[in-house]
Amino acid sequence: MIYERKALARADRCCCCDCCCCEGTRHLVVEVLLVTVILFQLTRKSYKPPKKPLKRRFEIDDLCEEWVPEPLHPPITEDMKVKPPVLESAAGCHTITDGKEVVNFTSANYVGLIGHEKIIDSCVCSLQKYGVGSCGPRGFYGTTDVHLDCETRIAKFMGTPDSIIYSYGISTIFSVIPAFCKKGDMIHMSKLIHCGSVLFFAFCNFQVFFYFKRNDMTSLESTLDKLTRGNKQAEKMRCYIVVEAVYQNSGQIAPLDEIVWLKEKYCFRVILDESHSFGVLGNSGRGLAEYYGVSIDKIDIITAGMGNALATDGDFFTGKVRVVDHQRLSISGYVFSASLPPYLASAAISAVNYLEDNPTVLTSLRSNFALLWKGLSDVPGLTIASHPLSPIVFLKLKKSTGSSKSDLELLNNLADRVLKEDSVFIVSPKRSVLDKCHLPVGIRLFVSAGSFRLVEESCNHSSGRASLRFLCSKPCFTVLICPFR
Amino acid sequence: MVRLPYLTALTTLFSYGLLFAFGQMRDFFRKLIDWSKSKGKDLKGYAPICLGLEDFYTRRLYLRIQDCFSRPIASAPDAWIDVVERYSNDHNKTLHRTSNTTKCLNLGSYNYLGFAAADEYCTPLVIESLKKYSASTCSVRVDGGTTNLHTELEELVARFVGKPAAILFGMGYVTNSAIIPALVGKGGLIISDSLNHNSIVNGARGSGASVRVFQHNSPSHLEEVLREQIAEGQPRTHRPWKKIIVIVEGIYSMEGELCNLPEIIAVCKKYKAYTYLDEAHSIGAVGKSGRGVCELLGVDTADVDIMMGTFTKSFGSCGGYIAASKEIIQYLKHTCPAHLYATSMSPPAVQQVISAIKVILGEDGSNRGAQKLASIRQNSNFFRSELQKMGFEVLGDNDSPVMPIMLYNPAKIPAFSRECLRRNVAVVTVAFPATPLLLARARICISASHTREDLMKGLDVISKVGDLVGIKYFPAEPPKHVEQDKKTL
Repeated sequence: MIYERKALARADRCCCCDCCCCEGTRHLVVEVLLVTVILFQLTRKSYKPPKKPLKRRFEIDDLCEEWVPEPLHPPITEDMKVKPPVLESAAGCHTITDGKEVVNFTSANYVGLIGHEKIIDSCVCSLQKYGVGSCGPRGFYGTTDVHLDCETRIAKFMGTPDSIIYSYGISTIFSVIPAFCKKGDMIHMSKLIHCGSVLFFAFCNFQVFFYFKRNDMTSLESTLDKLTRGNKQAEKMRCYIVVEAVYQNSGQIAPLDEIVWLKEKYCFRVILDESHSFGVLGNSGRGLAEYYGVSIDKIDIITAGMGNALATDGDFFTGKVRVVDHQRLSISGYVFSASLPPYLASAAISAVNYLEDNPTVLTSLRSNFALLWKGLSDVPGLTIASHPLSPIVFLKLKKSTGSSKSDLELLNNLADRVLKEDSVFIVSPKRSVLDKCHLPVGIRLFVSAGSFRLVEESCNHSSGRASLRFLCSKPCFTVLICPFR
Repeated sequence: MVRLPYLTALTTLFSYGLLFAFGQMRDFFRKLIDWSKSKGKDLKGYAPICLGLEDFYTRRLYLRIQDCFSRPIASAPDAWIDVVERYSNDHNKTLHRTSNTTKCLNLGSYNYLGFAAADEYCTPLVIESLKKYSASTCSVRVDGGTTNLHTELEELVARFVGKPAAILFGMGYVTNSAIIPALVGKGGLIISDSLNHNSIVNGARGSGASVRVFQHNSPSHLEEVLREQIAEGQPRTHRPWKKIIVIVEGIYSMEGELCNLPEIIAVCKKYKAYTYLDEAHSIGAVGKSGRGVCELLGVDTADVDIMMGTFTKSFGSCGGYIAASKEIIQYLKHTCPAHLYATSMSPPAVQQVISAIKVILGEDGSNRGAQKLASIRQNSNFFRSELQKMGFEVLGDNDSPVMPIMLYNPAKIPAFSRECLRRNVAVVTVAFPATPLLLARARICISASHTREDLMKGLDVISKVGDLVGIKYFPAEPPKHVEQDKKTL
């Protein structure tokens, strides 16, 4: 019985074992198969999409021989051969060109510092001590104590924590913006903005919106509202509004108080280019913020060229310490390029000192604006497009000839005639063919504080008058204006 | 070429890894502290202006060794300079100037021909021009910013370089960035050397043209790229390229190497590509009469389409130029934004270049120019050979006044710089982003105003510091007197 049970149990066990064995074997087989499949797949070559058929060597040779490149430059036209007038003396209010003394309205010498003795003396001392060039970028012994003093002086004058100077005006705006904007950030720009700046935005890889034609705040507000409403991404994006304090191409002034109100409402940052308002607007020449009575802390980034009111060269940027420090390592125009010549930095310091010690010079500048405005406001055929308080007086044609090219030609002829016959040097600013600027062309006059005396002298001379001959295609009439009466 | 040994590469990577880890840890604690203090109430609603990762390198790596860079000087950047001493109270986060200065041997400034300081011929003329034309014209070139000096310099530069015409700019960096977009646009191709300067890279990116890179100084790879690109045409459309410009430099500033110009010109001519040569470091510094790499390597200037250079290095001034055919210059004067919108070059700086070129050409009535050129050549070759004999890994070719000494390890950068300064030698150390991450180096720039004694002192200090820091990667040559003793025995 027991044996039978044992045998049965053994049989059962054997059956179980058999089952187990069978199952075990099955598992083993499956696993072995799996491993084999895996190994097989691993050892197979990966799938590569079929390559384009390679060209043969002689085919490439033929293609290279057949290829004809375009010439490096387009055919040279007559307007490309035109040479600008050559100055034979300093570009002050009076200058000499072609052996003749002329009244100069082409130089942005707003405060009249060109040829000023204090500036010249500081430059001479600097030249004797430091030589001309700095022979290195800021990071490699190109920083002199004069550069650091200049930065401190400008920051103190503007009332900001820190500032940084660059060696060339035009490089700043296109170096600064890529340092603070990356892909996905937003920039809003005025359509009035300087065309040179627009070109350099090609370097940057972020969304750009053009928003208004004539300082139209309602259109800006609606754009900002549309972009930020319901857009959660907007909080993580860095958003900027770029404005020029005084627009070079039209002489208009940006409404900073409204822009600051909008910026605080929608949490945008403002980049303000004060090249033509620094040393001009405001009671003491501190720029647009002082003019509007806006606190300087509310403007995140202020940049200004020193080649205008300060009668030197280069550019400065001023703002919070963190923002300024970030630029010292990240802006290529600062890191990889030689620093500003020390004598120009010392000229900037002297110019800022002069501005602070002589705020009355701005009063004479403003009276010159008023004088010129009054005299030029009723010239037939031309209209003043600029703001009354702008140092740039922009005259544009009341009726365009149809194309900006022919308008420019007309205005250039006008400027040439005025120079030859009346010894007044004015220009119509040229635009690069690479520009897509749609603003009308015109004549641009830079008003200087130094010309006040000139204006008085001209009044005393009987021949002190300017005549503008408006050259139309049919009637040709002479208009006598006397802006200096 | 740089040969990076495996062990050095591993240790350098390990050092960077350690610095990165420490940086991340400190950032983490900073975030915790800031969060607990709930800082930045006034910036509510604004995205941070500098994102955390963007300035990680600045905050955590660069700031540690900030005292090695941007050292202010209180004198002209001549052979000896007065380096202003600085101190820091917060571990290099902010540096403060003192009124003390240390007189140091200057091995860092680009003063190849010694025009940096006041010069007996140039400086009186510069002061005269300053009094006549003032420091600036406050106007753009096409309006009222062109003076007699500008036209004189353009003719002189064209004559000096060997081209029909030239155009000036107030800044060398802007010269490249603004000219390249004016020459080639969408539909064109730019083939640039892999180690080209940042200004060329920016200009190429901003032009809208397609950009391809060829291996540094390799005419064979350039030919391969040209063949492939001409055969393929523009991407996607496969239309033929409008034009192809190949951009190379005369002397590469981070390698000190001369360009393989004759072979590259031959390749470009064969495939009808235009050539653009950037002679920022080579104009005035190499060549029998200082006319640059074309003269040195025997290349006809008519074979190079566009020649660019700067006045900062050999002429002790500022600004840049482009020299090419008359038609190209006329076109550039009409189109280039930097010419139409930027304030013209400062008249005293223009006068400095005019005087410097006259000295180099011998038109000032003396042979100082020839002496300076001979001096810089002798100084550069002597210094380089001595450094190589000591066992340093020095890059660059003979006759080039730029000689980088490899450091590799990030810790050796501040060590080398600080130890040299302690011994009154001012050197320049370069790291990322100007060089690849693992290839940090110290760059020596030799000047014609260095005397033999200055060079011996420099060599002595560098040798001692090299031993201390451990950068003599090659075996040193045995000194000569030992060999002579062996011969006599």
